[in-house]
Amino acid sequence: MSRRLILTGNDAAAEAMRQIDPDVVAAFPITPQTELMHKFAEHVADGEVKAELVLVESEHSAMSATVGAAAAGARSMTATSANGLALMWEIVYIAASYRLPIVMPVVNRALSGPINIHCDHSDTMGCRDTGWIQLYSENAQEVYDNVIQAIRIAESPEVLLPVMVTFDGFIISHTAEVLEALEDDPVRNWIGEYKPKYTLLDTDNPMTFGPLDLQDYYFEHKRQQMEAMRAAPATVKKIGKLYGEMSGRPYDLIEGYQLEDAELAVVALGSTCGTAKVVIDELRAKGTKAGLLKIRCFRPFPEAEIAAALKGAKAIAVLDRSVSFGAPGGPVHKEIKAALFGSGSSAGLVNYIYGLGGRDISMEHIHEAFADLETVAGEGTPADAIRFLGLRE
Amino acid sequence: MPGLKQLAQRPELMAGGHRACAGCLPMTAMRQTLLTAGKDTVCGCATGCVEVVTTIYPYTAWRTPFIHSAFENSAATISGAEAAYRSLRKQGRVDKEINFIAFGGDGGTYDIGLQALSGAMERGHNMLYICYDNQAYMNTGIQRSGGTPKGTATSTTPAGKVVPGKKQFPKPLTEIMIAHNIPYVAQCTPGFPKDLSDKVEKALTIEGPAFINMLAPCTRGWRYPMEESMEVARLAVDTCLWPIFEVEHGKIRVTRKPKEKVPIAKWLENQGRFRHLFKEENRHIIDEIQEEIDRYWELLLKREELSQT
Repeated sequence: MSRRLILTGNDAAAEAMRQIDPDVVAAFPITPQTELMHKFAEHVADGEVKAELVLVESEHSAMSATVGAAAAGARSMTATSANGLALMWEIVYIAASYRLPIVMPVVNRALSGPINIHCDHSDTMGCRDTGWIQLYSENAQEVYDNVIQAIRIAESPEVLLPVMVTFDGFIISHTAEVLEALEDDPVRNWIGEYKPKYTLLDTDNPMTFGPLDLQDYYFEHKRQQMEAMRAAPATVKKIGKLYGEMSGRPYDLIEGYQLEDAELAVVALGSTCGTAKVVIDELRAKGTKAGLLKIRCFRPFPEAEIAAALKGAKAIAVLDRSVSFGAPGGPVHKEIKAALFGSGSSAGLVNYIYGLGGRDISMEHIHEAFADLETVAGEGTPADAIRFLGLRE
Repeated sequence: MPGLKQLAQRPELMAGGHRACAGCLPMTAMRQTLLTAGKDTVCGCATGCVEVVTTIYPYTAWRTPFIHSAFENSAATISGAEAAYRSLRKQGRVDKEINFIAFGGDGGTYDIGLQALSGAMERGHNMLYICYDNQAYMNTGIQRSGGTPKGTATSTTPAGKVVPGKKQFPKPLTEIMIAHNIPYVAQCTPGFPKDLSDKVEKALTIEGPAFINMLAPCTRGWRYPMEESMEVARLAVDTCLWPIFEVEHGKIRVTRKPKEKVPIAKWLENQGRFRHLFKEENRHIIDEIQEEIDRYWELLLKREELSQT
């Protein structure tokens, strides 16, 4: 039933896209997303997919064409990174507000300036409030699995929201790993055909998409968008479970690693979770009750699940691979802090900004964070709760 | 090509009751275009007057499918819809013939949407892009655009004590689109409805991308009496400020050659936005505009002749 493949993260996303075989894909090159689209373009050139590949002149047009295609009733995808995402920002918001179930792999890269092509999460964290569902992936296997699940999540009638599947630039996108891929037919049967209720091509029932929406209705439409987001966690969970039944790899909103009895917990997203797991194994071997909370679904933010998962922790280190300038801590940190407020947790909380612009995060860095947590567990949240890992000062 | 009487008998696809100003020629351009294109047409429009006056939720004046997304991406949006159509048609999930038209004003086309337009035309989508050119950003309050004529007083190029309106000649957008070597490019105006309809029909029939630039006078922005819109549009053609012509697979055809070229001052003098040009110290600007019109018109006629061979 499954195939063992050696793929980079980009190839894994392209393999999932080959199997999904969307109707329309729009693409514009940006490092480190490029190889994903090279691979998909090969599938198109070899006639292995039916997709119309629209090679646009900018990311702004990539998202615009994807919006037009999705509104026309096509299953539509694009992919980007960093500045590309920033350029399409305006239409990223519009895609969500038009309730178009677009799926977009985003290969995480630092936003300019100065220009940098390596990984951090400033791109996707910057658009955490655009109305897109965001799934973060730890490795190439998760990239593959998340892209397939994203189609069903996005197209679920109670959700109808676009989904970003993110993975760390170069660290995942350009590193080959062994992964288990499904056969084509089960994937295609599992995602099914996209049957939108309204489309531009239904000329007998003409619909207006994107009208001017003023003081008298805009607010209610935003409320409906919030409602779709509110419905999304249950759908993400349900589809993660169904995917597990098919593939043997179930997914949830969050993942705990040695977390149940953990007194010292690290919270992270993306490839850093893999590094943290090895560190935790080492600490556990020495008797330290260390654990990891991995956030897979950052939007919508599973507040209650996270608060419950961190209930037993005495000290928590939140790792942020981006900065929220002028804010009290990184974006993940702020959300965790908010989730714990009122949850009865008395854990000490420390925020570590790390890995900006592709700065490597090593096991030693995570050991350093756990060592700090030993102190924090005894003394509570320190005055200098915003710290850095791997930074020269 | 349908005649005007036939067109008039077709069902209206642009519903009345929209909120355009009386005398708005962009809306006349929409109406004439839709009567020609018919109901199996997917339309998109850039942010601008037309989008605003036709789609205030929960109402819409569009009896065809319609999408508005943003200011600069009308061409890209419709190119995506057209790609979806090709994909679904190839798969046998759609079977009818559908036209794809992206609209934009001069701001959305000459300026902010030029990149998306250029890209969509280069990619060869089977779509028509129509610029309804009213020569300024009218929706936001009459600011100058790359399509605004030289000497025009706008909100951002007012006729001041030192600067007499816009300093630059307009960007030659139609020429830029001709340079894209697409199968069909035309200029027209709702002032000549049959000519407009014939060009829309041809643009939709020819396989591949097409571009039409429609001069569409704006009574509020140009400051002339609202009942004179059609005359203002026609005089723009007869002064040769706005030659109406088409370029079909490289062959140029000027579709109206005025028997007598009317001096541009006749067109300028009826519009409030040019009033300051008639002051003694600014009259040289009128001469410069006339020279530029003469230069382009002569060149166009020569190119028409050359392109026949």
